[in-house]
Amino acid sequence: MLEVRNLEVVYDDVMLVLRGVSLRVPAGSIVALLGANGAGKTTLLRALSGLLDVHDGEITKGSVLLDGEPVHGLRPAQLVRRGVSQVMEGRRIFAELTVEENLKVGAHTAARSSAENLERVYGLFPLLKERRRNVSGYLSGGEQQMLAVGRALMAGPRYLLLDEPSLGLAPSLVRQVRDLVVEINRQGTTVLLVEQNATMALSVADHGYVMETGKIVMDRPAAELLADEDIKEFYLGLGAEGAVKSFREVKHYRRRKRWLS
Amino acid sequence: MKGVLESLVRGLGNGSVYALLALGFVIVYKATRVISFAQPAFMIAGAVAVSHLAGTTGFYLAVPLAALLVAGLALGVERVAIRPMVGRPVFVVAIITLGIDVVVRVVVNGFIGLDVRQVGDPWGLSLVEVGGLAVQQRWIAMLLTTAVLVSLLFAFFRYTRYGLAMRAAAFDQETALAQGVSVGMVFALSWALAGGLAAIAGTFAGTGQGVDQLTWIIALKALPAIIVGGLDSLGGAVIGGLAIGVVESLVQSYQGDLAPWLGQNFAVVTPYAVMLLVLLVRPYGLFGTPEVERV
Ligand SMILES: Nc1ncnc2c1ncn2[C@@H]1O[C@H](COP(=O)(O)OP(=O)(O)OP(=O)(O)O)[C@@H](O)[C@H]1O
Ligand SMILES: [Mg+2]
Repeated sequence: MLEVRNLEVVYDDVMLVLRGVSLRVPAGSIVALLGANGAGKTTLLRALSGLLDVHDGEITKGSVLLDGEPVHGLRPAQLVRRGVSQVMEGRRIFAELTVEENLKVGAHTAARSSAENLERVYGLFPLLKERRRNVSGYLSGGEQQMLAVGRALMAGPRYLLLDEPSLGLAPSLVRQVRDLVVEINRQGTTVLLVEQNATMALSVADHGYVMETGKIVMDRPAAELLADEDIKEFYLGLGAEGAVKSFREVKHYRRRKRWLS
Repeated sequence: MKGVLESLVRGLGNGSVYALLALGFVIVYKATRVISFAQPAFMIAGAVAVSHLAGTTGFYLAVPLAALLVAGLALGVERVAIRPMVGRPVFVVAIITLGIDVVVRVVVNGFIGLDVRQVGDPWGLSLVEVGGLAVQQRWIAMLLTTAVLVSLLFAFFRYTRYGLAMRAAAFDQETALAQGVSVGMVFALSWALAGGLAAIAGTFAGTGQGVDQLTWIIALKALPAIIVGGLDSLGGAVIGGLAIGVVESLVQSYQGDLAPWLGQNFAVVTPYAVMLLVLLVRPYGLFGTPEVERV
């Protein structure tokens, strides 16, 4: 089990972004983490994978436990070795490297099982196998997302943290991502799925958390969240015009991203 | 014609020295975004190490030993002086590398003494005939060694786990971290590689004429080489280094006759003249990426 207890995270010594978050990801499950832009979802994943340092972020309170052992403060490489891998927001493939080189970098900590994991990933993504000598920067958005997920699987993780894998993908590809999450989980990997596409995430998850400005405001079995119209309307922005609204959000989000970079 | 070709071979020979140094600059730059001005010191440390070792081990064993020694030195310097600076502004770190250069050179100067030290190479200034041309043996040896080293280096970056990790980290450090690549390891490895390459370059520079306390100045010509080739391109470093060597050599051979109005010794400044020309046309170098900023 991957567990977060009462976690507080501060950026740049002043910006309190997570205000006492607690969350449990039981082994074998799929857990969805939902919430609007800026709620702190990505920050939570950074805390789980040791990437806060890069962003001048710091855990000021609380703990992260992996199978009961505290792991906050470990470096990313150590966490990957212990079985926690993250697929970052925005795919972040190594665009200058070929598809297979990307995958091999993913296997950096698992050199011994590299060949075996490569077979597994190619099994999941036959398309990547076809393109394995191509420079990955020329893949389509959907293919790049597959590559990002495949790359994380190359480390043979027990816990896979996915940050908005469906972002910017066409509906048919979103369905593919969903099926993929189910398949990865079926093969024995526990998944923490961060999504803005609440319907998709809840349709595969066992349990759902909703986050708002650095706090967990809702913590229920996924089926309940999905069934409750009020929750959908208030927390997930999925009222009658849900589709339109979330589409606008996505566009807004992408624009914001561009300003930031 | 024969003269031109001979001059060309000399240029390629000297150019290999610049190319190896330029590779070091580029490798460190790609890994850390810092231009390491410590390269001249590592170069001279390599030459001096060879000059001291060659007597006991023989020249051919002394060179790899010196390369390892200087790689180790660079590793230590990175650990002690650079790693604690991670996250500081790049120019601060660059200034620190300048300091490292001065300190290491002062120490190494103690091992040079006031005279010229021979590196103990078997070539001296002897000539060999290749296809009707009379060229110095050392130029051929330098060019061949560089070809082998460059091939090994490219194979390293292409096929090995650490080479791939370094390329990934150069492209996107955070994402490389997320894959379990240790960025500390990438920094260390880049400095070690740069140190080892500089040591071999220094040995080359010392063949024939030996080394003295001013030999390090040769390393400065690697700067035009990386500007010409592009700060972030390994292939560019090699081609830039060779090109600078060739142009310099041709100018040295012919400028006196063809353009005497440029004065004597114009060859000395040609690397910088070439650099300025390239900067006017392609500010990011012939093979560099346009985004690379230059201050
Ligand atoms: N490196 C940083 N330095 C300072 N503040 C940051 C940093 N990264 C994120 N923040 C702030 O922390 C808050 C939470 O950001 P975070 O990226 O975790 O949200 P999110 O839920 O992932 O949002 P999104 O859906 O847009 O990805 C935001 O207010 C954001 O501006
Ligand atoms: Mg986010």
